Amino acid sequence: MIDLINVKKAYDTGVQALNGVTLHIERGEFVFIVGDSGSGKSTLIKLLLKELDPSSGAIKVNGVNLNKMKPRDIPKYRRKLGVVFQDFRLLKDRNVYENVAFAQRVVITPTKRIRKNVPKMLSLVGLAEKYKAYPKELSGGEQQRVALARALVNQPNILLADEPTGNLDPTNSKEIMRLLETINERGTTVLVVTHNQEIVDEMKKRVITMQKGVIIRDERKAGYTQHAD
Amino acid sequence: MFSLASVATMSACIFLFGIFFCVVENFQHMVREMEKSVAVTVFFDEGLSQEQIDAIGVQIKARPEVSDAVFVTADEAWDEYKEIYFEEAPELAEGFEDDNPLANEAHYEIYLTDVESQDDLVTWLESVEGIRRINESAQVADILTNFNLLVGYISVAVILLLLCVSVFLISNTVTIGIAVRREEIAIMKLIGATNGFVKAPFVVEGIMIGLIGASIPLGLLYFLYTKLVSFMGDKFNILTGLLQFLPVSEMFRILLPTGLALGVGIGFFGSFFTIRKHLRV
Ligand SMILES: Nc1ncnc2c1ncn2[C@@H]1O[C@H](COP(=O)(O)OP(=O)(O)OP(=O)(O)O)[C@@H](O)[C@H]1O
Ligand SMILES: [Mg+2]
Repeated sequence: MIDLINVKKAYDTGVQALNGVTLHIERGEFVFIVGDSGSGKSTLIKLLLKELDPSSGAIKVNGVNLNKMKPRDIPKYRRKLGVVFQDFRLLKDRNVYENVAFAQRVVITPTKRIRKNVPKMLSLVGLAEKYKAYPKELSGGEQQRVALARALVNQPNILLADEPTGNLDPTNSKEIMRLLETINERGTTVLVVTHNQEIVDEMKKRVITMQKGVIIRDERKAGYTQHAD
Repeated sequence: MFSLASVATMSACIFLFGIFFCVVENFQHMVREMEKSVAVTVFFDEGLSQEQIDAIGVQIKARPEVSDAVFVTADEAWDEYKEIYFEEAPELAEGFEDDNPLANEAHYEIYLTDVESQDDLVTWLESVEGIRRINESAQVADILTNFNLLVGYISVAVILLLLCVSVFLISNTVTIGIAVRREEIAIMKLIGATNGFVKAPFVVEGIMIGLIGASIPLGLLYFLYTKLVSFMGDKFNILTGLLQFLPVSEMFRILLPTGLALGVGIGFFGSFFTIRKHLRV
């Protein structure tokens, strides 16, 4: 489903953010990516979103080589991915319903379908009643759940989450992670970048650890650090 | 805030365009009207026989710049003359009746297809054997044509300048709009919005500015032009023979689509190229 072969990425500033990453993720997997600040985790997510292009190496997602993708095919490719970020990135001038519906409008969905899909998504993340609220009226956890609903409403087969609980308290963090697990159980491949040691230890998923632009550890049913258990 | 400035500039641009357009069109119309009436008149050498005169007439009519040539006999010339100068005292003219004082005034009135070729025709006529005198009424037509050209140049310059300002302001409006909505645009792109989808609202905004900026001055011009024509008709009806205004409907048959196309065109290109610059993938 996701394949990286010796991927390197140097920024224009000369910073070598990724220095030879080779990685294979199967369809339906749940993967944590952990590592020190600046180890290249967000860079990896951006490469998968084709926000950035690698300096060298190949990336294949859903069977498509991203290096060979034409610019006009990028939107179509991104529709197969869902993304959430640490800072939620909701539209502040639109309510919960509109924020989720926005994702559907962007991919030209008939209004009739939007009216059916959005409430379904909102009840999945447990926000069915708050559909009229504006982002500033919601807690961080609620905002992240809106973002999650927005990421999922177009039914992506891969969900990328870059520190989705970075701004949340432990209770909210656990709820979000549980949601991600539910989504994964429904068949979506989930990739979560996180610093939340406790949750990673608890969930016993595949954990990829990065350091200075390379993968130093990749274990199944693992904890945050090698000697966690 | 900025779109207001864009609409205002656009309105000014198209308003001026409209005014110049009306002026140029009307002058062209007047010149055309004049061309119908302006004639070159040729008189013949004394004692030239009717056959010889007819032969010259055939030659004149064969010229490409001649639309028509009318032969006026000496008697007809006299009748016309009488009508003008002895209108008050026709009995005075009676005395000349048997001895036409204009016996040698048989002539051709030559009508041209367009005023500019008049000089060519006159040069040619001067070389024709048997022609005594050529009367030309070139002056007025010449002045009108030159004036029309001058107005045309000035209007092109002013309109080009305003066009640049309009495009600049629309470009500014769009740039600010993109800056304000940067976050939204970034999210749209991550969700998988096509470039067209991201651009569309800005292009629509540009076209709307163009449409509004064109409609206001066109409406105003319609109103003012109608007023002007009826005012001129009322107050200066002596001049109406000379100052023939194009009717407002005929004026706007061309001005309306041109003005709207201009506005929409500026709006479209102004916004389209600004977005291209700012929203590279
Ligand atoms: N746009 C950029 N231009 C230049 N250098 C960058 C850019 N983005 C990231 N970097 C550098 O690349 C390296 C990797 O950054 P990245 O954001 O991938 O780290 P990270 O693992 O996500 O860190 P964190 O856990 O703090 O989010 C860092 O040294 C960072 O300073
Ligand atoms: Mg990061």
